[in-house]
Amino acid sequence: MTTLNNAKSNSSVMSTLSGIFRSNIREYGMLIALIVVMLFFEVRTGGILFKPVNITNLVLQNSYIVTMALGMLLVIVSGWIDLSVGSVVAVVGAVAAVLMVNLDVNWVLACIICIIFGAAIGAFQGYWVAYLKIPAFIVTLGGMLIFRGLTLVLLQGESIGPFPVGFQKISSGFIPDFVGNIFYLPGLHLTTILLGLLLSILLIVLDVRSRKNQQKYGFEVTPFYFFVIKNIVITVVVMGFTLLMASYKGFPNVLILLFILITSYSFITSQMVIGRRIYAMGGNEKATRLSGVNTPRLLFYTFMNMGILAATAGLIVAARLNSATPNAGDGMELDVIAACFIGGASASGGIGTIIGAVVGAFLIGVMNNGMSIMGVGIDWQKIIKGIVLLIAVLFDIYNKNRNA
Amino acid sequence: MSDVILEMRNITKTFPGVKALDNVTFSVTQGEIHALVGENGAGKSTLMKVLSGVYPYGSYSGEIYFQGKECRFQDIHHSEELGLVIIHQELALIPYLSIAENMFLGNERAKNGVINWNEAISKTNELLNKVGLHESPNTLITNMGVGKQQLVEIAKALAKEVRLLILDEPTASLNDNDSEKLLELLLQFKANGISSILISHKLSEVNKVADSITILRDGATIETLDCHKDKITEDRIIRGMVGRDIKHRFPPRESRIGETIFEVRDWNVYHPLHEDRKVSTNVNINVRRGEVVGIAGLMGAGRTELAMSIFGRSYGTRITGAAYRQGKEVDISSIDKAISNGIAYATEDRKAYGLVLIQEIKNNITLANLEAVSNAGSVINEPREMAATMEYRDKLNIKCSTIRQLALNLSGGNQQKVVLSKWLFANPDILILDEPTRGIDVGAKYEIYTIINRLASEGKGIIVISSELPEILGVCDRIYVMRDGKIVGEMPASEASQEIVMTLIMTEQEVYNDNLK
Repeated sequence: MTTLNNAKSNSSVMSTLSGIFRSNIREYGMLIALIVVMLFFEVRTGGILFKPVNITNLVLQNSYIVTMALGMLLVIVSGWIDLSVGSVVAVVGAVAAVLMVNLDVNWVLACIICIIFGAAIGAFQGYWVAYLKIPAFIVTLGGMLIFRGLTLVLLQGESIGPFPVGFQKISSGFIPDFVGNIFYLPGLHLTTILLGLLLSILLIVLDVRSRKNQQKYGFEVTPFYFFVIKNIVITVVVMGFTLLMASYKGFPNVLILLFILITSYSFITSQMVIGRRIYAMGGNEKATRLSGVNTPRLLFYTFMNMGILAATAGLIVAARLNSATPNAGDGMELDVIAACFIGGASASGGIGTIIGAVVGAFLIGVMNNGMSIMGVGIDWQKIIKGIVLLIAVLFDIYNKNRNA
Repeated sequence: MSDVILEMRNITKTFPGVKALDNVTFSVTQGEIHALVGENGAGKSTLMKVLSGVYPYGSYSGEIYFQGKECRFQDIHHSEELGLVIIHQELALIPYLSIAENMFLGNERAKNGVINWNEAISKTNELLNKVGLHESPNTLITNMGVGKQQLVEIAKALAKEVRLLILDEPTASLNDNDSEKLLELLLQFKANGISSILISHKLSEVNKVADSITILRDGATIETLDCHKDKITEDRIIRGMVGRDIKHRFPPRESRIGETIFEVRDWNVYHPLHEDRKVSTNVNINVRRGEVVGIAGLMGAGRTELAMSIFGRSYGTRITGAAYRQGKEVDISSIDKAISNGIAYATEDRKAYGLVLIQEIKNNITLANLEAVSNAGSVINEPREMAATMEYRDKLNIKCSTIRQLALNLSGGNQQKVVLSKWLFANPDILILDEPTRGIDVGAKYEIYTIINRLASEGKGIIVISSELPEILGVCDRIYVMRDGKIVGEMPASEASQEIVMTLIMTEQEVYNDNLK
């Protein structure tokens, strides 16, 4: 009798778990793919991948792709695409170099000017797409050529550098160790550990609060044991990552920037009116317009936002290379777009998540990094990345059809 | 008894979690028009998809015999080869190709891949003659009306030497004139020995042409009625479809009509592309508190155009005229201004203009009024949003597993209720409902009418645009008749009859036809 009951409850546990998994297969599938790929390279590179210095490198190498993926995701969710971002990276770097190196402008002021310049580029392209109704594919293909050309004009075909030290720190600096100055522990960056702890606690508090809120309104929540396991897993991952970072030089500055950007855009897309409207516009522009949303203006802002983020990425790239070069950002648009699609965005618009795009970007980053360490040539790297993109999208379509 | 051309035996088809067809048996005899009726979701379309091979053999259980032979269709080409052609509700013509190009698409008159256009065009002419459509084979589909497109679809079926024609709601988007023509064509085919299966919600048509009627309900065959043996009334069919008597197709209501709540005066609208074409001319209409006003007219009479031009100029150019809400002139020059002035417009085409199909029911309901569930900083309060939308789900009886279900997976009637919920959530004073019951089943229609009555009794002014005269007469207090962008008549519903309204709608049309002859 008792065995029978046990068997029953076991099977119900399994079915809830598989139910949770199936309804979130996209998110979990992506994460699992990322973990599998990381473990694969960890083994194949003989343990180099998870070395603190390499993990830090991974973050630095992918920061600009992630930054642009945030904006690209919104553009793709709107139902369009932006091919110009690689050229925008280059032209913003060039403007930064001209301002800081040639004209000796204060680097903070120069950054602000560059961001405004990026916003203007986005607004320019957004105007063509949203108000003149020219397909974004064409507009941004034009932009891709225009801004690459403009880069060559500004740099006159040469690299300009080096940048002021303060500016370089954006990409190459690490957060200062306030705590370590008081309690010294050799080999560990204590401020980083403290930040990691605070983040873990914050994540748990937020999750508990959202669960309580849902219960208050009488909604179904996931089973308690699942909730506990989920939070333990998240905490372990966050703290593990933190410890790796802390045993090198701590959190890089750019990671803090990324963290702020990712959480803000996650929040905007999932919790704010404007995010909801972008998804609605991508799902059915006409129905959204007839619901009183000014869709051309919304699309215009989406492109302007892309310009701002592309400019931010341009600054990160310039600071990292410590010079502005004519071919900076070349082909970057493809990695950014691929990150969004690998992360589950739909080419026809209306579907996709910020977290998905970020995971997609890191998946590409880990593959780049792992394959480079293994000594795989750039030729095969491209072939393999292309195949991964196709498989990820195939996986999506397969899931969609099975659910329908 | 004449020969049986098609027999489907014990067809059972399950989707994950649902039994769409449960042991359905269905047969068609040679040269008859067999109507298939049932509420939305009763399994009519699924049955036809099994029949035509859209769901291949093996994905269902049961047997299909066509012309005496057992068929195991793997795909739709397979069934078409045997002369079994299905014409879907949504037309499958390519808009920027000509009639002739569409006619032989996938079946080109070609030798070694080179198309013989002379043969294709002469053959097209022949087929167009058969269906009574006098158009050049070079006409682009996009330049023709829906009625004519429907005829092209049928001609296309004839090109495939059809034995059994299946029509899924062929008249849903046709006006009465075109519907009539189409039904006559079916009768003509019948005389030539082609059998048809007619799926339709319009029971008057079914009654007019069908030789037998099979009623499906909840995935099972309820009964097959022989139209020649007994006189079948519409009520009789409805009883079979819903499993209960609907004594009144329209819920009773007492109207308590107050002061004028909304009015447009001297409203003129021009076509957005052909700027010299007027689509509304000097229109004056008003609606009072608690009143349901109907706008009757043919398709193309300019009703939707009028409604959309009023709703924030979402249609047309060079719009002139004034709108008054409770006697005061209001600015409704953009959609958000119209909404904030208490106007809502529920579209006739809910899939294209009403819903974001790939999103949750919840998100669709709140889309037009997200401010109501968000704080001052434009952050959405999701629990509040869930609670608010659940209230509408219960109030309007939206049948769904959860309000997080995608709008895509709802039946037509429930989708319509989501559209209505969206606009009710925006809390308007004036609701314009454009064809609120198009393509939805009898039971859901009754529910929509009940909702309309309730809204009127809450003091809202409601404008109903409908091509179904019984509906206009059944739900409205007052009726406007529109023709060619003009209001050509106005009368209280109590003084109106189908004949009176129809005469007003058709007058000029008749004159026009006489001139042609």
